[in-house]
Amino acid sequence: SANATPEFEGRGGEELGTEIASTLYRVFSCESSVDLKSLCINPREHCWVLYVDVLLLECGGNLFDAISIAVKAALFNTRIPKVRVLEDEEGSKEIELSDDPYDCIRLNVDNVPCIVTLSKIGYRHVVDATLQEEACCLASLLVSVTSKGALTSMKKVGKGSLDPESIFEMMETGKRVGKSLHIALQKILDEEESLGTSRQKVGFLG
Amino acid sequence: MSAITMRLPVARKPVGPSAPRGGEKHLVAPGDTITTDTGYMRWGQRRRGGGGRTGKRGKGERVNKLVCVKALKTRYNGEVGDIVVGRITEVQQKRWKVETNSRLDSVLLLSSMNLPGGELRRRSAEDELAMRDYLQEGDLISAEVQSVFSDGAVSLHTRSLKYGKLGQGVLVQVSPSLVKRQKTHFHDLPCGASVILGNNGFIWIYPTPEQKDEEAGGFTTNLEPVPLADREVISRLRNCIVALVTHKLMLFDTSILYCYEASLPHQIKDVLKPEVMEEIILETRQRLLELEG
Repeated sequence: SANATPEFEGRGGEELGTEIASTLYRVFSCESSVDLKSLCINPREHCWVLYVDVLLLECGGNLFDAISIAVKAALFNTRIPKVRVLEDEEGSKEIELSDDPYDCIRLNVDNVPCIVTLSKIGYRHVVDATLQEEACCLASLLVSVTSKGALTSMKKVGKGSLDPESIFEMMETGKRVGKSLHIALQKILDEEESLGTSRQKVGFLG
Repeated sequence: MSAITMRLPVARKPVGPSAPRGGEKHLVAPGDTITTDTGYMRWGQRRRGGGGRTGKRGKGERVNKLVCVKALKTRYNGEVGDIVVGRITEVQQKRWKVETNSRLDSVLLLSSMNLPGGELRRRSAEDELAMRDYLQEGDLISAEVQSVFSDGAVSLHTRSLKYGKLGQGVLVQVSPSLVKRQKTHFHDLPCGASVILGNNGFIWIYPTPEQKDEEAGGFTTNLEPVPLADREVISRLRNCIVALVTHKLMLFDTSILYCYEASLPHQIKDVLKPEVMEEIILETRQRLLELEG
């Protein structure tokens, strides 16, 4: 949104938006990331479709990492209400939502990958670059890692070049960082879950 | 492999009020009426109708018959004699355009620049063509404000050996209102680095040069690799300045030094964590109050 930088006013942020969408598409193209079978209501007939909308409110560097963490956290928080399918006499099916708001199914986010961006500055690489550090780097590698350390996708951005050996090093670092990232994120999500209704809800401007 | 820390969002705590130093702070917003008395002069505000109304947001001060509004967060307004740190954006015919965080780009005329080979040389056409050899787009310079044009644009000069192109170091951009006006803005801190506090909010931290006298008046940049100890000192200073700015403390050599000393027990990267920042700032504030009172 234009809140992030003035360049995103009007249609300015469209290019970045399509880039984010295509990157997320690649990251989640792996079959085992999200268990799509749990979204099924009636085999071959009805199923839930998940839409994920990302709104950028502030640009502080390391965009894709933050987006992937937010997507994983949002999927963890999603509650899909349980539905029952009723058969009528003529055979047409009706879908009924259960009345209890707490009666819902949760998604299993164990295999959802997180993106780790490694920016090459000089001869070494940096994880979680700020805006100023990103301005100094010529090339960066986006690696999506699951909690078990498996790589689901890799993408190189930037106009500079990367040495094949340094790519290998960056991949290893990315896997290591990705694993600890997942552990920290899971811990904080469980902590938030345990707070329940006493959790303090803070808006972006708070 | 250090663990990654994540935290849940919490409401921002309001910055603890510092002890009031005599006289209450009168905060105004644009459109507020300061006074309806017609006998007052104004500085930094616009008069509408009979009463004096302010066009700026900030602290209103009254000195006899002069009402002054000091803005809290603003672009840099040039005043003659200020030291500024700027970045060259354009090379034009007989001048350079310098970005100094003000409303209009500042101007550095070729005739106001120290050329190697003596001061009293007439600027020839060859000098004009060789402008790019001295300063290119993207270079950082330190300069002094010579004059202010009627539209508010600032004209700079580097007519002293202590001004000129800046070499290796770290730039921190802060709001100009947080830099305290002092006699000198070039400080050599005892911790091993030097700092230039530009009035326009650009703070330049660099390793202290070994020899004090330079031949070319600041044009040759020293590109030797900086030793690790110096780099650590500079990083720590940069984080301290960021901490001071987050808590809206005035920046001057003593406050930066106290903050640096307070941050020594922590690791350099921990200084940016909110809890550690608060602790350091509390200690710094206390020492500054002891210094005053």
